[in-house]
Amino acid sequence: MSETAAPKSAPAPTHTPNSAMTGRVAQCFRDLSARGELGLVAYVTAGDPSLEASEPIVLAAAESGADVIELGVPFSDPVADGPTIQRASERALRAGATLAGVIDLVRRLRARTQVPLILFSYFNPILQMGLEKFADAAAAAGADGVLATDLTPEEAAGYLAIMRARKLDTIFLAAPTSTDDRLAKIAECSSGFLYLISRTGVTGTRDSLPEDLPALARRVRRFTKLPLAVGFGISRPEHVSILGGIADAAVVGSAIVAEIEKSVSAKEAAANVSRLIRSLKAAARSGISRRLSDDR
Amino acid sequence: MSSIAPTVLDSVPDARGRFGPYGGRYVPETLVAPLEELERVYAAASADPKFHAELDALLHDFAGRPTPLQFAERLTAHLGGARIYIKREDLLHTGAHKINNSLGQGLLAVRMGKKRVVAETGAGQHGVATATVAARLGLDCTVYMGTEDMERQRLNVNRMRLLGAEVVGVDAGSRTLKDAINEAMRDWVTNVRTSHYLLGSVLGAHPYPQIVRDFHKVIGEEAREQILKKEDRLPDWLFACVGGGSNAIGLFNAFLADGSVKMVGVEAGGRGHTLGEHAVRLAAARGFSGARPGVLQGTYSYVLQTNDGQIATTHSISAGLDYPAVGPEHAWLADLGRAEYTAVTDDDAIDAAKTLARIEGIIPALESAHAIAELIRRAPKMNENQLVIVNLSGRGDKDMETLSRYV
Repeated sequence: MSETAAPKSAPAPTHTPNSAMTGRVAQCFRDLSARGELGLVAYVTAGDPSLEASEPIVLAAAESGADVIELGVPFSDPVADGPTIQRASERALRAGATLAGVIDLVRRLRARTQVPLILFSYFNPILQMGLEKFADAAAAAGADGVLATDLTPEEAAGYLAIMRARKLDTIFLAAPTSTDDRLAKIAECSSGFLYLISRTGVTGTRDSLPEDLPALARRVRRFTKLPLAVGFGISRPEHVSILGGIADAAVVGSAIVAEIEKSVSAKEAAANVSRLIRSLKAAARSGISRRLSDDR
Repeated sequence: MSSIAPTVLDSVPDARGRFGPYGGRYVPETLVAPLEELERVYAAASADPKFHAELDALLHDFAGRPTPLQFAERLTAHLGGARIYIKREDLLHTGAHKINNSLGQGLLAVRMGKKRVVAETGAGQHGVATATVAARLGLDCTVYMGTEDMERQRLNVNRMRLLGAEVVGVDAGSRTLKDAINEAMRDWVTNVRTSHYLLGSVLGAHPYPQIVRDFHKVIGEEAREQILKKEDRLPDWLFACVGGGSNAIGLFNAFLADGSVKMVGVEAGGRGHTLGEHAVRLAAARGFSGARPGVLQGTYSYVLQTNDGQIATTHSISAGLDYPAVGPEHAWLADLGRAEYTAVTDDDAIDAAKTLARIEGIIPALESAHAIAELIRRAPKMNENQLVIVNLSGRGDKDMETLSRYV
């Protein structure tokens, strides 16, 4: 059990330790829904600037209001990512981050927080570790789910069986280009939540949300009852408050990673991330609730 | 003769784009629908005589097909073994085989109503071919190229710009072909509704390995017909260099069902056996380390990588072979033992280029010089009844700055 490996100085977890190895994501969204509140999913590239530094940064994000944490596994060739996360991946790899190291970070984090933790990786590092070995290690460490950026439902049959057997949520991406047929497949493979890419493009901050996003979100909801998290280009409180009427959660990545990039120490990074998360979460709490505006 | 006529191996890849276990489609969701569209449009084009007629006319009048199959009389005498024929893809417009595929995909882009093409390039030959086709078909063109490659293939950068293409330097990773593909994919995922990604080798997600192979199989179809006419029999050996592997697949494809024809793919042995010093994915038996099956840039194939699944840097004196993965069909042919893969060092490739220049009066591209080098190694051990075809995939003008250091 992960708690036995926790450092003695670790504060007591806020919830009953090990109350469930699974279901944290579903419970989190049930709680948010009960409060009529938009969730905030915070992406951090694990190992940037080091795996040690990621621990206080992630804890700060969770304590400041992030409802779900996505831990990005750095990869040498991140084709879906824009410059900010590319640079973070490079820093993390230079500092020696590996998938095994990120899973160990999950174990250390799980000893100190019950926030849902999603591993967000390109497929090759997972494949090279071995799907079963990866799933065993991730589940034992206390991860709640996995998102493989470049793995689509068509290639995921073996992966799905292995992740589900360990009760790891399998999160898949839906995109503006996804056809209805594909949305149905994606919904069928997904658990925990469904990650909707807001626009065609790579990760990175943008000034505004695409105008067709509400229609896209409505189209996706025809295929799933899962919570919908919207990401790519979400960076500011005003984006988050608009999403309140559209989605169940906002995913913020590059804006958080940029705070880490400009910080000179892990402590400063934790403080900067904390400040950003608080402002985003305030917007999430005060934004239009989907429960009030949803016209389904 | 149609340029994309069916062959006996048209069941490969399968409907999911698999060559045995290799291939497939590993991309972010945004790119799946465009890949499905490309698959549909390509299937419709393949069945449309008008498409074939238009492509064949361009290949003939604009690109200069068919290319000669030249008996290399002096090289044959010099090496004193097998009878050697050279398939002269270097004589094509723009100087390499790459234009076969650029023309085919350019026409597909037009059929899809895409006004812009995006391409990556290593040696610059695919970039030049694509810029040329874009000019000919009236399409906008952006080419991504690693800054290291821009340095060593400066001439091709200027050619692309003269042809009206935008050339964007990529300063990430090893600043070579792999990084150019990453950036081209990022452009494509952003502009996917208006742009076609004109991928330049038998790499990437399904259906690219199949489409690019099909547009290049004209090389082998011509060579087969030409050798039968000249020698009244099939060759015993085929030699071709393998980066992604498009010229090799193009030559091999028409001979796959001919069991007596042995095929050799030549990879870049670079300057050493350790990871980072070479680009040898399939010829691991020769002592090169780091290649295992994995997923890179959309496809499952042999990839040079670390134990943690991070993609390795590579080295080759030739920009076109300097890439950590290999086309999935080559991985399958290697597993089946249908083709043999071997490697040639930077130094041997340079020596081969010099030999071919002096003996036959042909300056080869440094990529193609790898195939020549393997031929030089083996031909003397063959008897005079052995018949060999080597694919001279490109000419060496673009490499003159590198070659000048060895004159």
